[in-house]
Amino acid sequence: MNDKVIYMDNNATTRVADEVFEEMKPYLTELYGNPSSMHTFGGQVGKKVAEARDRVMKLIAAEYDTEVIFTSCGTESNSTAIFSALQVFPDRKEIITTRVEHPAILSLAPYLEKQGIAVVQLKVDSDGRLDMDEYAHFLNENTALVSIMTANNETGVIFPVEEMARMAKEKGVLFHTDAVQAAGKIPIDMRESAIDMLSLSGHKVHAPKGVGALYVRRGTRFRPFLRGGHQERNRRAGTENVASIIAMGKAVEIAVAHLGEEAGRVREMRDRLEKGIIEAIPRAFINGDIENRLPNTTNISFEFVEGEGILLLLNDLGIAASSGSACTSGSLEPSHVLRAMGVPFTAAHGSIRFSLSRYNSMDEVEYVIKNLPPIIEKLRSISPFWKDGAPIAEFDPQYK
Amino acid sequence: MWDYTDKVKELFLHPKNVGVIEDADAVGDVGSITCGDALKLMLKIDKETEKIVDAKFQTFGCGSAIASSSALTEMIIGKTVEEAERVTNQDIADFLGGLPREKMHCSVLGQEALEVAIANYRGVDLKKIEEEEGPLVCQCFGIHEKLIEKTVMENDLKTVEEVTNYTKAGGACQTCHPTIEDIIERVWKAKGQEVHVKDEAPKAKPAMTNLKKIALITETIEKEIRPILAQDGGDIELLDINGNEVLVALRGQCSSCKSAYYTVEGIEEKLREMVYPDIVVKLQKD
Repeated sequence: MNDKVIYMDNNATTRVADEVFEEMKPYLTELYGNPSSMHTFGGQVGKKVAEARDRVMKLIAAEYDTEVIFTSCGTESNSTAIFSALQVFPDRKEIITTRVEHPAILSLAPYLEKQGIAVVQLKVDSDGRLDMDEYAHFLNENTALVSIMTANNETGVIFPVEEMARMAKEKGVLFHTDAVQAAGKIPIDMRESAIDMLSLSGHKVHAPKGVGALYVRRGTRFRPFLRGGHQERNRRAGTENVASIIAMGKAVEIAVAHLGEEAGRVREMRDRLEKGIIEAIPRAFINGDIENRLPNTTNISFEFVEGEGILLLLNDLGIAASSGSACTSGSLEPSHVLRAMGVPFTAAHGSIRFSLSRYNSMDEVEYVIKNLPPIIEKLRSISPFWKDGAPIAEFDPQYK
Repeated sequence: MWDYTDKVKELFLHPKNVGVIEDADAVGDVGSITCGDALKLMLKIDKETEKIVDAKFQTFGCGSAIASSSALTEMIIGKTVEEAERVTNQDIADFLGGLPREKMHCSVLGQEALEVAIANYRGVDLKKIEEEEGPLVCQCFGIHEKLIEKTVMENDLKTVEEVTNYTKAGGACQTCHPTIEDIIERVWKAKGQEVHVKDEAPKAKPAMTNLKKIALITETIEKEIRPILAQDGGDIELLDINGNEVLVALRGQCSSCKSAYYTVEGIEEKLREMVYPDIVVKLQKD
């Protein structure tokens, strides 16, 4: 194993930027005051939290500081949005989301259904795109909330949330988007938007884990998820995770400054990586809508090999990526996203996601391009479905 | 990341006996690409001695599937067919120094391949074996009743979750869970033990004499609860049993533990599970 990890799993989590760590450090040591305190010692911390809020506002071009509520993570932001909408509209018994949503949303479905809430999960096509006619069909006055991710974490596919939010607004339906994966990678602008609520997470943009935010547009009816205190203007109780909030503020400030780099250098690296891999390896293809994707993400399927094996061999070379294979998740079915897209099992089991960040280099990309083909070749040479550089169609175990 | 043993890692990175035996005397193909693992086992068998002189495999699957295949071939080379027949999936897992619970099905895959290969060697009709497999239980992964029965029997499985970890059955749509529950209960009944695997809280168990209840509570505290507390330097004393109310005192480290409340809840949960669902545990305060 190399000393240095080539980290290409940035959609899972990111390294904390040095500047971010420096910014938060004093608030873990000498500046430990409570922002709610009356004394200056606490007050100066409160000011710094306000600055962080201001920086988060700039990330999404929010107009009022009261629109940004700090939370403990993206999942809390998502749950807050959903349960708020259900409390605000107790007579509305439906929620619309997608089949490819993050588990933070999807795993709420069985619970909500037990409470008598129907959870409509929109389907996607083979490129992971939503069917807007289907959406229009399900949108109705009984819908409490629409929750659609801005971009998918596994494939990077970007959804037309702005258009969908406008359609919801016309029907008088609240619209929430989980922008955890998109924020800091593509521009987000709330000024002319019809989106009512938007979830953010710190650790996907080089802040530490354990901090997130929920944007709630001014005038949106809202009920808190966590009660028991006045913090965040009574909308999220609990003493603020001050140091992490400050870190998130710094991280998103840097992210805004680097948006151009994401669309430029990071995208170039991603494009080079996937082109290099696809050209070198037979029976490999990209999952998801190539035209509408986050600039840092690529999801590639290698047919007739199993993803966990690929990850373990990459790991042995110090390369960190992730897979949609069943074996890596502990469940027995491959990625719900790839299955919703109808990716065949032969390919879903062998899918690998590389997600880059500005901390990657072209040298790392070339290293992966050079080292991945022998890995796939090795695993295919072990596979009974593969012989002499081609799949064996007729291998069909009698005993399944 | 999976907690694989060094042996699993070693055999995944450098598997032994990968390849094809062109003139194999026995072939066992199991699994499918849909399930995410498939294994082709090929054996060369000495006709005179019935000794397995060579074994090779090809596997599509995760790290532990490849390691299990390698382990299987290493274990059976040199054995007679009759000896090899006695290799169980647990033997394969043991050879690897253990497998994560969710990965036990990889060892089952190996054992199945061996079984099919031996059937193939003996000229037993696989169609017939299929008939003997019993009805299909798990549609998603194509797992039959007999395999589940055998796995439950050999590995002392008591929950659907364990069956899924070992055989994959029930891992997807879950509609076969009630059938698997029935199989578990049937197997254990045959072993002479009642096992309740239903998800919901155990239904009111048949009325129990006070004497039996006290004996069961005492036994549960002795055998199940005390050893757990002892791990943290604690101890428990049973003071009194009054109907469904169990009065205990915590000793040692537990007594000063601020989370004694949780310990009491844990004790109550265990007693409810093992003895009677209406048990209430009270803690004697100093």
